[in-house]
Amino acid sequence: MHIHLLDQYHTGRSPVHRLDARVKLLLTLAFILVASLTPAGAWPAYLGLALLALGVTLAAGLPPLLVQRRALVALPFALAALTVLFTTEGRPLFTLSLGAWHLTASEPGLIRFLSILLKSWLAIQAAILLAATTPFPTLVVAMRALHFPRLLVAIIAFMGRYLFVLADEALRLHRAREARSAVIGPGSGGSIAWRARVTGGMVGNLFLRSVERSERIYNAMLARGYRGELRTLSPPRLRPADGVLGLLFVTLLALIALLGW
Amino acid sequence: MEYAIELENVRFAYHDGRPALRGVSLRIAPGEKVALVGPNGAGKSTLLLHLNGILAGQGRVRILGQEVNGANLGWIRAQVGLVFQDPDDQLFSPTVFEDVAFGPLHMGLPEAEVRERVAWALAQVGMDAFADRISHHLSQGEKKRVAIATVLAMKPEVLALDEPTAGLDPRARRGLLRLLARLPQTMLVATHDMRLVAELFPRTVVLDAGQVVADGPTGHLLTDEALLEAHGLESPYLSPLP
Repeated sequence: MHIHLLDQYHTGRSPVHRLDARVKLLLTLAFILVASLTPAGAWPAYLGLALLALGVTLAAGLPPLLVQRRALVALPFALAALTVLFTTEGRPLFTLSLGAWHLTASEPGLIRFLSILLKSWLAIQAAILLAATTPFPTLVVAMRALHFPRLLVAIIAFMGRYLFVLADEALRLHRAREARSAVIGPGSGGSIAWRARVTGGMVGNLFLRSVERSERIYNAMLARGYRGELRTLSPPRLRPADGVLGLLFVTLLALIALLGW
Repeated sequence: MEYAIELENVRFAYHDGRPALRGVSLRIAPGEKVALVGPNGAGKSTLLLHLNGILAGQGRVRILGQEVNGANLGWIRAQVGLVFQDPDDQLFSPTVFEDVAFGPLHMGLPEAEVRERVAWALAQVGMDAFADRISHHLSQGEKKRVAIATVLAMKPEVLALDEPTAGLDPRARRGLLRLLARLPQTMLVATHDMRLVAELFPRTVVLDAGQVVADGPTGHLLTDEALLEAHGLESPYLSPLP
């Protein structure tokens, strides 16, 4: 039994899928940078970014609604920006009274808040597009080729490899608990404190197993000649088509950025 | 005579003081295929980890006549292909290709030769079509084969395998047996699979509580009911339950 919680890669032969992963990674970062640096209330620029994301989605043959809906995962985090609604100076809109506190929302605050929501939604779309059109191992190779910090890339690679193994282990622990959690009437199942203790034990168990596994993996690396420095094959060369597509995309991004200022 | 593997009074204790090996001496000639059997906790895996210097206790370990020490670890690890019990520990790279390339790359071989060796090693274990696959998506039997390919790519003289048939279904097990029978390397294989021992290994070493308690021709040892009984082993030949 396996868990494929991160296997969101969709196979396909679209130009987006075939574009070199290094170019895709850089373009994604550029998109996110433009999205986050565009000033608040630059609606035409946001529209431009949304259309660009939609265009790439369609070119990749992915269902647009799926990408846009998945990108909503960012919204709860963007709620942290709720405070700008009340802290930005400007024409007051309404006032909330929480006991002794009076919070006044301003119009510029509202614009800033909505901009942050939109911008994070757009940025996540770009990340989802990258992950959905690039196999994970290729992405790791691309990061290495772009000289991302080696330790960081190694950690990401191991995470990609062992997240599934760990999730499978957690699933087995969970099943083992379920199998022994019979319900024989009201009051069975134990108190919340007891259950919390069981869950805590499971988390600890998983942690210990992971530590032990990491030692075995390290031994396996040593056994195959690892001496503290990870070596990898050099990445394939870029094709001219990758450069042309990348340049086209960057030009579009630049135009959108100009639209925002 | 130069032995492929030579252990002389090897002793090892874990951090907590628990002794794992209590004076193991063993000589294996080049090309010999030897089974290492014994109950859980007998020290089989610990012994295998001594062969390429991952663990080092007291006593001497010589591989192909060279004593294992800090200076020649790189060479030793290229000579001894150690395959761990859980292929999820052995296969730590994102793809099958990268995993098989890991050993040759860290031996410092040029890229063209690394690619050549990966293709060759995967062909040896019949997994050539799987190079670009993600290890997590392989079956247990496929993982075991790739795990063996990861060390074959280093072209070792000695193979040390820990429980190669554990967790395999009969078909995958049969396939693995054929593969092991075909490989020419000197082999020391730790296992509980007594049928594997009977079929593949002319010589068997019984380890119990960190000591070699028997060492001899497999056919002879496996019919010694008293010996098997005393060390928690069973004969591969079916006998009625007492």
